[in-house]
Amino acid sequence: MTERKLAVTENPWRRLSAWTDARIGLGRAGISLPTQEMLAFQLAHAQARDAVHLPLDTDRLMADLKELTGSRKTLLRHDPVHLQSQACDRITYLQRPDLGRRLSQPSCEALDRLGHTGDSPVDLALVIADGLSSYGVQENAVGFLEALLTDLETDDQPWELAPLVVVSQGRVAIGDDVGHRLNARCVVVLIGERPGLSSPDSLGLYLTWQPGPGLTDASRNCISNIRPAGLSCGEASRRLMYLLRAARRKKVSGVPLKDRSEEAVIDQGIGNFLLR
Amino acid sequence: MYRYSLGGRRWQFATLAELMAKATPARSGDRLAGVIAHTAEERVVAQMALADLPLKTFLNEALIPYDQDEITRLILDDHDSEAFEPVSHLTVGDFRNWLLSDLATPEMLASVRAGITPEMAAAVSKIMRNQDLILVAAKCRVQTAFRSTIGLPGRMSTRLQPNHPTDDITGIAASILDGLLYGSGDAVIGINPATDNVAQSVRLLQLMDEVIRKYEIPTQSCVLTHVTNTLEAIEQKAPVDLVFQSIGGTEATNRSFGFDLATLAEARDAALSLNRGAVGRNVMYFETGQGSSLSADAHHGVDQQTCEARAYAVARKFEPLLVNTVVGFIGPEYLFDGKEITRAGLEDHFCGKLLGLPMGCDICYTNHAEADQNDMDNLLTLLGVAGCNFIMGIPGSDDIMLNYQTTSFHDALYVRRVLDKRPAPEFEQWLTRMQIFRDGEGKVPADGLPEAFRESLARLPEGHGND
Repeated sequence: MTERKLAVTENPWRRLSAWTDARIGLGRAGISLPTQEMLAFQLAHAQARDAVHLPLDTDRLMADLKELTGSRKTLLRHDPVHLQSQACDRITYLQRPDLGRRLSQPSCEALDRLGHTGDSPVDLALVIADGLSSYGVQENAVGFLEALLTDLETDDQPWELAPLVVVSQGRVAIGDDVGHRLNARCVVVLIGERPGLSSPDSLGLYLTWQPGPGLTDASRNCISNIRPAGLSCGEASRRLMYLLRAARRKKVSGVPLKDRSEEAVIDQGIGNFLLR
Repeated sequence: MYRYSLGGRRWQFATLAELMAKATPARSGDRLAGVIAHTAEERVVAQMALADLPLKTFLNEALIPYDQDEITRLILDDHDSEAFEPVSHLTVGDFRNWLLSDLATPEMLASVRAGITPEMAAAVSKIMRNQDLILVAAKCRVQTAFRSTIGLPGRMSTRLQPNHPTDDITGIAASILDGLLYGSGDAVIGINPATDNVAQSVRLLQLMDEVIRKYEIPTQSCVLTHVTNTLEAIEQKAPVDLVFQSIGGTEATNRSFGFDLATLAEARDAALSLNRGAVGRNVMYFETGQGSSLSADAHHGVDQQTCEARAYAVARKFEPLLVNTVVGFIGPEYLFDGKEITRAGLEDHFCGKLLGLPMGCDICYTNHAEADQNDMDNLLTLLGVAGCNFIMGIPGSDDIMLNYQTTSFHDALYVRRVLDKRPAPEFEQWLTRMQIFRDGEGKVPADGLPEAFRESLARLPEGHGND
């Protein structure tokens, strides 16, 4: 019997995929993707597409946040608040980022009724927005807040917090409006990041000192990719605490405030094997 | 006021910016900005009015006032009237004819470059069909060099993009190896760091520098961090090949990105002082993309494609090695679907090339856009025909850090094969020498694992089997 030549060439370095989620060593049919890999990609894309349109379960999130607030009475003295941007639904949200950056009129009134305007400012407002992955918020926001609230409680300096705020159909910059209305010196927005094929569940953090109208991205610091397979809640909180302390000390955020937290460079793998 | 009469009906456009915006093929970002033509007919009438406009108009009427914007000042102050002379008598419509004609040879196109402003390029692109954008771009040759030469005829290079969500060294090294073994990385090995931090940038620069030196790869590395971080990295004696920055077409956009032209000049001088190039001294890597000015609320009522072309004036000033329009990354708010992304990719490539830039394209889409792999296959093929200098290369099209899809190592080999393209010559020789490819032209990978990498892989710990 003559031996048939195989159409697919496997890649012997595929076992490196034990150390990364990247789609390495896929092999090739000629120079093209083998059928199995091509279809695996199509499936992942289909799932990510579905995830963008999955709504945030705000009832569940608000219940979780209420419980969290109850357990941290020294830091959080008011119940969490649920607000809405001017984007009334997901399709509007996707096409009109300007509306996702602004609070709806009833939400503005609800915030103003909280009565923080005019008082002496609070140190920090924490705003949770669904962004582009409700899944990222649903899976990671509460876990991250638990880590952060512990770090805030045990910090050398006291932190006075505004009530936790959830915004539906919200973009990053909506934190400026919320923080301003809450008379907060600093706002941190927790937001669902644009879902990737391998990471539909990623949460991002955006810190802004002196939130208010007219700020741009140059005024923000970002910590990205908080999820079980990415940056852990504990490490994300540690980095955010570094930025929060620095922002309070220097009264600034964004480009002038560089993240100099000595990264605990904990590589999961075996270092740069290419140099051996 | 710009007027146009058609079949007894009179149309009016209050400003040059309005005329330009309304002449632009439809896209969601211009709709978001409220500058789009109200009807399909109004768009074509605006194109007709624009076609009648003398090119000289753009030297006399600034879309964004001279005293308010340093990029307007850059465009007008650096305009070369001698280079402009051969086309100075043309209208926008005549300019299209001239570009398509055999008068516009590659040599002629190179000689008029410095006389063409971004607004002229944007204007003519608005009255060009996709095939026009491809044909003229294919005649524009732009060649740059650092350790490899990019943009030679018949060549197409790739940026190897080994991003990892936690900047994990092993994960990054694994993607670099995968890319090199698929013949990717002759334009640059460029990492987007997960966290914008000087220490992290230095660490990643060292990683890439060590790999490039050990395997003597004729390419350059880049960490795509903020320009001020790279400046600090240079001060810390980190091995910086290229300085990266995202740039926009208005001063206010760039201020929102946290830099101005002086910052770029300082960074370029610092990188040049390191003298690390082997075959050239182009040390800047810029990224752009339609919609960034609107996103920063810094567009001054100018349409997003014209803002994008103005960003190329910024790039041109600093003689970059690579300019990459990241066309589908910004999302459906600015480019809604595959059709709009395709059009924008071809416009950006054309305008950049016409202005003399080493244009590449990140042919990409996000999961919230109405686009898929088929749209990317189409744009990749079109840009290959148009002579695009470089594209991205990433394992299996999936950027696990930035959460979007771009062209894969396989895609680059596809376009090289169907269009008979080769990698940069220095890199092509390296691929052959290292026994990574067996045909000498960077088209046929070797079947097994090349000798030089066997030892590294043989020493991997056991027990981490394949999935």
